[in-house]
Amino acid sequence: MIGRSVFAVYWLMALVFLAFPIVIVAALSFSSASYLTFPPPAFGVRWYRAFLGSREWLDSTWLSIAVAGSVVVVATSLGTLAALGLRHLTGAVRAAIGALILSPLIVPGIVVAIGIYYVFAAYRLVGTALGLVLAHTCLAVPFVVTSVSVSLAGLDRRLEQAALSLGATPSATFRQITLPLILPGILVGALFAFVTSFDELIVTLFLSGSGAVTLPRRMWDDLRFAIDPTIAAVSTLMIVLSAVLLLGAHVLRQRQATAQHKV
Amino acid sequence: MDPGLNLRLSSWPALRRPSVVAPVSGDARRAVGGDKTRGASVALCGIEKHYDSVGAVRGVSLDVRSGEFLTLLGPSGSGKTTTLMMIAGFETPNAGDIAIDGSSVLALPPYKRNIGMVFQNYALFPHLTAADNIGFPLKQRGIDRATRTRLVAASLERVHLSGYERRYPRQLSGGQQQRVALARAIVFHPRLLLMDEPLGALDKQLRENLQLEMRRLHADLGITFIYVTHDQEEALTMSDRVAVMNEGVVVQVGTPEDLYDRPCNRFVAAFIGESNFLSAVVRGIERNMLILDCAGTTIRAMALQTPTAGEGVTLAIRPERLRFADGTASMAENRIAITVTDMVFAGDCCRYLCHTDSGASLVLKQPSGSTGRRRHPGERADILWPAGDAVIV
Amino acid sequence: MPSRVTPILLVVPLTLYMLAFYALPVASMLLRSIADPSWTVENYLRLAHDSVFLAVSWNTLRTALVVTLGTLLLGYPVALALSRLRHGAAAVVLAIVLLPFWTSVLVRSYAWMVLLGRRGLINELLLSAGLIDSPLRLLNTPLAVHVAMIHILLPYMILPIASVLRQIDRALLRAAAGLGASPRRVFSQVVLPLSVPGVVAGILLVFVLSLGFYITPALVGGPRDLMLSMLIAQQVDLLNWPYAACLSVALLAMTLLLILVLQRLPAVRAVLRAATQ
Repeated sequence: MIGRSVFAVYWLMALVFLAFPIVIVAALSFSSASYLTFPPPAFGVRWYRAFLGSREWLDSTWLSIAVAGSVVVVATSLGTLAALGLRHLTGAVRAAIGALILSPLIVPGIVVAIGIYYVFAAYRLVGTALGLVLAHTCLAVPFVVTSVSVSLAGLDRRLEQAALSLGATPSATFRQITLPLILPGILVGALFAFVTSFDELIVTLFLSGSGAVTLPRRMWDDLRFAIDPTIAAVSTLMIVLSAVLLLGAHVLRQRQATAQHKV
Repeated sequence: MDPGLNLRLSSWPALRRPSVVAPVSGDARRAVGGDKTRGASVALCGIEKHYDSVGAVRGVSLDVRSGEFLTLLGPSGSGKTTTLMMIAGFETPNAGDIAIDGSSVLALPPYKRNIGMVFQNYALFPHLTAADNIGFPLKQRGIDRATRTRLVAASLERVHLSGYERRYPRQLSGGQQQRVALARAIVFHPRLLLMDEPLGALDKQLRENLQLEMRRLHADLGITFIYVTHDQEEALTMSDRVAVMNEGVVVQVGTPEDLYDRPCNRFVAAFIGESNFLSAVVRGIERNMLILDCAGTTIRAMALQTPTAGEGVTLAIRPERLRFADGTASMAENRIAITVTDMVFAGDCCRYLCHTDSGASLVLKQPSGSTGRRRHPGERADILWPAGDAVIV
Repeated sequence: MPSRVTPILLVVPLTLYMLAFYALPVASMLLRSIADPSWTVENYLRLAHDSVFLAVSWNTLRTALVVTLGTLLLGYPVALALSRLRHGAAAVVLAIVLLPFWTSVLVRSYAWMVLLGRRGLINELLLSAGLIDSPLRLLNTPLAVHVAMIHILLPYMILPIASVLRQIDRALLRAAAGLGASPRRVFSQVVLPLSVPGVVAGILLVFVLSLGFYITPALVGGPRDLMLSMLIAQQVDLLNWPYAACLSVALLAMTLLLILVLQRLPAVRAVLRAATQ
């Protein structure tokens, strides 16, 4: 069974490769040193204090949260409506609209970024939170539409038919049957929209100017000059946020599975 | 199996309230007074539904009588479910008309047709409890919460599911889900109940029990049932009449006895029960019986159709109507010589696989308790059957 | 029954939004490549002899190729293990794969800056082990770009392969073993051929994403290892819009060419599903 243990060592190494950098960043953020050194001389929360004590970092954090929150509202409502409509469309119309909505997933980020910058600059949207919200929504929408569409595809159409046959009007059917059953999908879409906006950097690099510096943008600026461990602290917080959201998505997915359990 | 499906609504005082007069039909109110609800009559007139794939309907005309238990029976893809969906209003026919109690319902959306429906796999709302599922149609009709709670409790009691109010569908067994679905479909007093293979997902034992429950429910409620199934045994057991469908058309409509004893064509003869088919040539007609030549042997058959002399026909005979000749043959019986190929013991009967001298194969069923001697493979014998039991298909 | 009009009304808001804030801006920017100042295809003709463009394109393609190969070699075994593990262990492995997937590209690129820097963890380890006398130049090299991008794109390779492997009927493997196939043969004759759709989907996904990478090469790469997206950004900074638009069309064309193949694969939809759930 040498082959089997070689295989096990190999894929475990690959997993270590995946996890290691993230673990290191997290460990480093608790370093007491003022410069990146290994191993850290001692541990402490010095850099988290530095983060929390910095007006600039906090402003960027709040801006990122505000922008991502607005993106969630716009992208989730527009995306959910569109997914509900797409479900009943067929043929060329569906293909064309589907391609338009999903294309930001595959068009290179830089092309989207400079295209939006090219036009938004003319409308003085550069350096404004509004510009960021408008642009990030385009990038977040495909995730909402995909997630809600998957939920709708898993929804047994007979449930809606049953509701209609029992005397529920189409709008009552939507409110009492369809919506509760696809809600987990909508929420997963909303989570994705949040993460997409919160982490977005390429479009932001062009749009944020000096007036709307988001958290990733501030990290980027800092990284180009000096690597100070504040970034490690910020990164760790972002990793924790990712983990929380990932867990949230997982829980929602379980709920979806339970809710749509084929009876 | 509990006799649980007695969902007669006569003792529900709530339905007498003026506030619910509007949503509940006049006939339902009569039911409150103790009478049965009068079932709706349904008339399908030349309805068609075109599809690229299977399940198309190509001109179905059918009259379902008030209070009748009618089954649409056919193989998958025969259009029976599509027909049901058109009655329910989920599909719109490309041609033809559907009338309930004499007036066309084509312009009515499903939620205004007031038809109860039990779906394949029940379509219970997974996010609602059993009580909320059953209360759903009442809620849509604006019945207040307290009344709803009482009605739901009463109906759950009647399906012997008291105490299951707070259970979610996934916490119920298949049979319990089925009964919740049934309770939900009739709690609002529809005069027509549609059922799409409602027992398909259950095991044989439970299915047979529920078939009987369903018959009893039909008798108690007095409303019209239209039932879709591909299971011929189920259709024969439960229905007043059966409409056999194949490839988008109704092939034959009749009582179970009609269909079994007098199938109108080979499809019905083979689909309902088991049939032996023999090729023969018509010689003539004599006292309402056809005289046929079957590979040199003269036999007689019922003259339901009137083929001309010299025409080739196919004769259908049920395996249990055949018996081995034991010296007591009457003149009214046909006789044909065969060789036994194989014998299979099947519990309630022995199945003999035989072939005639001309090579046609026949199956003969001999009841297990019969006094007849067992035949063995290779043995030659004569087979008899009453002339009236064979039909031309 | 939904009328014919309602579905259209539901998609109209998003469609208009995407046209106004995404499709039309991008299209009008791309138009600069042939309409500046008057209609011309000269910009494109010039690309063919543009040594900077050719060098950068070559570097972009080479990077994408190396990264794709790297993710495949590292990703396939993980996907295979993931499909074979029992429920609890599989969940742990999946979490380790998904956590980086959900972590910002910026954070992950930063992690590699920390690891590969002159005084980064790897140099410190090598120095203290006595293997080297002075710190190696690891950061700002093509190697750094490759390693960081492989790390970032690895989940995109693992997930489609794992989703295909998980669908392989276990009975098939037992049947093959029952017929006398050794584990090695069961893998090469049954598992490997059946996993091809997932592998192809993973390859194309990673390749397509690699072509457009910007953040990571900009942070960990050297000044001479330009990727197409970096060249485009540079040209925008120089306000050379026609050239930037022209390069964008080239990058988009490369991507779409691959997507045309990608879209035909059902496994790709499974990937999207895995990504959103």
